[in-house]
Order: sequence, then structure tokens, then C-alpha cells
Amino acid sequence: MSEPHREVVLRTTQLEAGYTPGVPILRGANVIVHAGEIVTVLGPNGAGKSTLIKTIAGLVPVFGGKVELMGRDITGIKPHRMVTEGIGYVPQVNNVFAKLTVEENLEMGAYTRKTGVAERIEATYALFPDLARLRHLPAGKLSGGQRQMVAFGRALMVEPKLLMLDEPSAGLSPKLVGMVFENVQQVRDSGVTILMVEQNAKAGLMISDRGYVLAEGREQIEDRADALLKNPEVGELYLGSKGGLL
Amino acid sequence: MFGQYLADGIILGSTLALGAIGLTLTYNILNFANFAHGSLLTWGAYFAWIIVVAFGGVQGATFGPLSFGWPLVVALLFTAVMTSILAIIVDWLVFRILRKTNIQVSLVIASFGASLLLRNLVVVIFGPEPQYYSENIQIAREIFPGVRVTPDQIFVVCLSIILVILLHLFMTRTKLGKAMRATADNTSLAQVTGININNIVRWTWIVGASLAAVAGVFFGLTVQILPEMGFNLLLFLFAAAILGGVGSIYGAILGGMVIGIAADLSVLFISPAYKPAVAFTLMILVLLIRPSGILGEKTR
Repeated sequence: MSEPHREVVLRTTQLEAGYTPGVPILRGANVIVHAGEIVTVLGPNGAGKSTLIKTIAGLVPVFGGKVELMGRDITGIKPHRMVTEGIGYVPQVNNVFAKLTVEENLEMGAYTRKTGVAERIEATYALFPDLARLRHLPAGKLSGGQRQMVAFGRALMVEPKLLMLDEPSAGLSPKLVGMVFENVQQVRDSGVTILMVEQNAKAGLMISDRGYVLAEGREQIEDRADALLKNPEVGELYLGSKGGLL
Repeated sequence: MFGQYLADGIILGSTLALGAIGLTLTYNILNFANFAHGSLLTWGAYFAWIIVVAFGGVQGATFGPLSFGWPLVVALLFTAVMTSILAIIVDWLVFRILRKTNIQVSLVIASFGASLLLRNLVVVIFGPEPQYYSENIQIAREIFPGVRVTPDQIFVVCLSIILVILLHLFMTRTKLGKAMRATADNTSLAQVTGININNIVRWTWIVGASLAAVAGVFFGLTVQILPEMGFNLLLFLFAAAILGGVGSIYGAILGGMVIGIAADLSVLFISPAYKPAVAFTLMILVLLIRPSGILGEKTR
């Protein structure tokens, strides 16, 4: 669904980044996300998937290239400023404030917001009705699936232009994986553009519009999600079979 | 005698609780054991003393039965501001740079060095002799049979309770307080949530140093002002923070009270010289039963 007339939300150009100077993990990654899309980044372990998302969130030093959000250059901005730029980021682990209540987690999500906090909290409860019931519980006491909702809700409080999810299904039971991906679709349907990294390639692609396969720090394949699911190269990478993921 | 020592313990415990809160906050948010925290108590006591002396010396009109008047109230506000500034300066000069290396041991040792420096600076500026906020004689009154306390001591306990309640409201009701708890809980998530960590670090020092300053004044008011007072109290503060559960504000308050009361009650059985030993024995016993402290969270 990468029709050319669609607005580009995120564009990385020849992005190089890493934790140690001289040791780039990303080696010239080019990724584009259009408005309203779900884009999934796949790839073997160590390919730099999480690093890509963390770099966009401002957590990894950039050595070269550019990150643009809605045409604005946001390369190398401090992480806490990325939020005001319009980046929402849900880390893979420890993605809630465990000792804070659900409601306090959402309030923290709105830390940079001046107005409309109460309305946003109500909107989040409308999106995830379970959370309304649990609002006064510490987030650390919730189940994995509920915690993931808090994490999404927290990141959505500022109405980000782009929501980035780092392996949202990691560590969840198969039943919960389905639920979390339903949530991801729900979030997109509410008008949010999503870039996610996923180990669970098949489930991730099933709800995505497009996908990238990342290896050795740069994109190797870019295609529509349904095409990637049938692509034997992708199947080989994940299942060791030549038949594609479907 | 038991009642009297219990009362003394509660008074000491009030001072320790306020001091231990700052220690636990810096541990929680900045991730290191700050040995210079005791010096903040000392400096807090002396900053207040400057104001009291500037307002016409240690004599003057007082509030009813209390040994002090308006100058000490002004002094409390002044010392909270000055001690916060001192803490932020030390952080900027020493800890800020070492934080980047992320080696906790160097931060701890550096804080020990800062502590020695700050303590000796007090001796150079104010001299080694003890000082007092007031030379008015306080008459201890019997509040229960066999329990005599001075009005100043009652003031210390009451103000401690008020400050603890205010701190609780600050941490649970205000945006800044919640952001401080969020940062203590998960610093990297706080960052990507849009919280400016440097700002939180600054406020951690302000809250911790202000409470330390008040604790220093309390000690000066109920005992005396001495250059080594903070250093002597430091061991008690660590015992209190660790016993209560490092990182827990309520644990620090409880730990301060437990250590204060235990130290003073021990005088019934052994020489007062063993007070620190009693505090630490108690701390070790609690840790043997509950390794995370009384109110501490189990480590993940």
C-alpha cells in the first residue's frame, strides 16, 4: 500500500548508528513509513532491528545519515525531545513504570502535554476498557497482556505522529500474542502510524501493510506484507524452508 | 526510664528520618550511595546558624516556651535554599562528570572525598567549637509520668511529621513528584516518555538537601552544632535507609524511627558509646530476615 501520493511520516536515509564509535550496527538503513501504515521490520538476531527503532527514538548515537519525521530533520535530538517531535516509543522490556499505578503511567505519558490530559486518559480507557477497571493498580501487578496495553496507552498519550513498537509480542503466550496484535490494529485504526520490530514474522506481517527485512544493519528486502509472506527468501530466513511463510 | 529513652529515641528518629529520605532519594534516582549526604546536614545546620547570628545573636524574642523566634524560621527557609544550591554545585563539579562513566564505585569514593572536603571547610570557616542556636535555658516538662521533653523537642517531632506528610503529597499528587518516582522506577523509560532527566536530578538534590538541612537544624536545636555532626550521623542514616529498604521513602522514615529509638533504648543496657554498633547490629539482623529491608522491593 505504498501509493506514492500518501504522506511520508518517517524517512531514514543512509542511517548509520551504533553504541561504540567506529562500530556501526546500522550501516546505511533506508526505511520509509507512510501515514496510516503498519510497517514491520523483520530480520535475524543481531541484524539491528531494535537498534533501528532506538536510533529513531534518539537513544543510540548517530554516525551518519538522516532521520526525518514529517519532513523535519530530527537526527540526533535528545530522547526526551523526541516525544515533543511526535515519536512514541514502546520498548521491548520494562516498558511500564511498575511501581506507578496504571493511571499514573498514563499521566506520565502525557508529561509533555499542557492540556487535554484528562480527555486523553478517557480516550485510552475507551480504546482499552480493561485499563479503566485497573486504573488504581500498580502496573507491575498486571498480567503481560495488560501491561502491554498500559505501555501502548502511555506512548499514545501525546498523540504521536509515529508509534514505534519493539517486539510487542515478545515473551507473551500465543493467545496473548493474538490479542496484542489486535490491539496494534485497533491503535492504527484510531489513526496512528506504526513502525514495529517483530521476531514473530508471520503474525507481524499478517497485520502489516508493508515490511522490511533487515540484515547486517541495512534493509535487504522491502515489499508489501502479503508479498513478503509468500517470499521464499523470507521463509528460508525464518523457517529454513523454501515455501515462504504461508 | 524506658519512657524517657523512648521519647529521646523518637526525637533522634525524627532527625534521622529526614536525613535518610535524602539518602534514599539520591540512591534511587542517581544510583549511588552518597557519603557526602552527612555534610549536607552539617552545612544545613551552619547556614541556619549564620542567619540566627545575623539577626542579633543567639538571644532575642522567642515563640512562647520555645528557645527561638522568627530568626530560626527565616533560617530554616534560607538553609533549605543554600543547602540545595550547595548540593547542586557539588553535583555539577563532581558527580555529573562521574555519572557519565557509569562506574558506581567511583561515584561512592568521590562522594566520600567530597564529604571530607565539605567537613573540613566547615572547620576552616566556622571553627571546631560547638555552636548553639540559642543560649536560652529550656525547661523540660513532664508530658507523661517520668517522660520529660523540652518544647524545642516537641517542635522538632511535629515539624518532622508535617514535612513527611508534605513530601508524601508532593510525591503522589504533583506532576513533578510523580515524574521523580517514574524516573526512580525506570530511568530509560522516563527519558523516552519525555521527562528531562537532568531536571529530575536537580529536583532530587533540592528535595534531599532541603530535608537534610532541616535535619541538621533539628540536631543543632536538640543537641549542638558541630563540624563532625553530619559525619557522625551518616552511619545512622545509612543504617536507617538500608534497614527500611533502600529506595523506599517510607522505608527511610520507618528506618530512621527504628534506628533512633533502638539507639536510645540501648542506653538502658550498655554504654552510649555503643549506639552506632546497636544501629548496625539491628540493621544486619533485619537484613538477615528480609534482605531487601522492611519496606524494600525484592530486586528483580
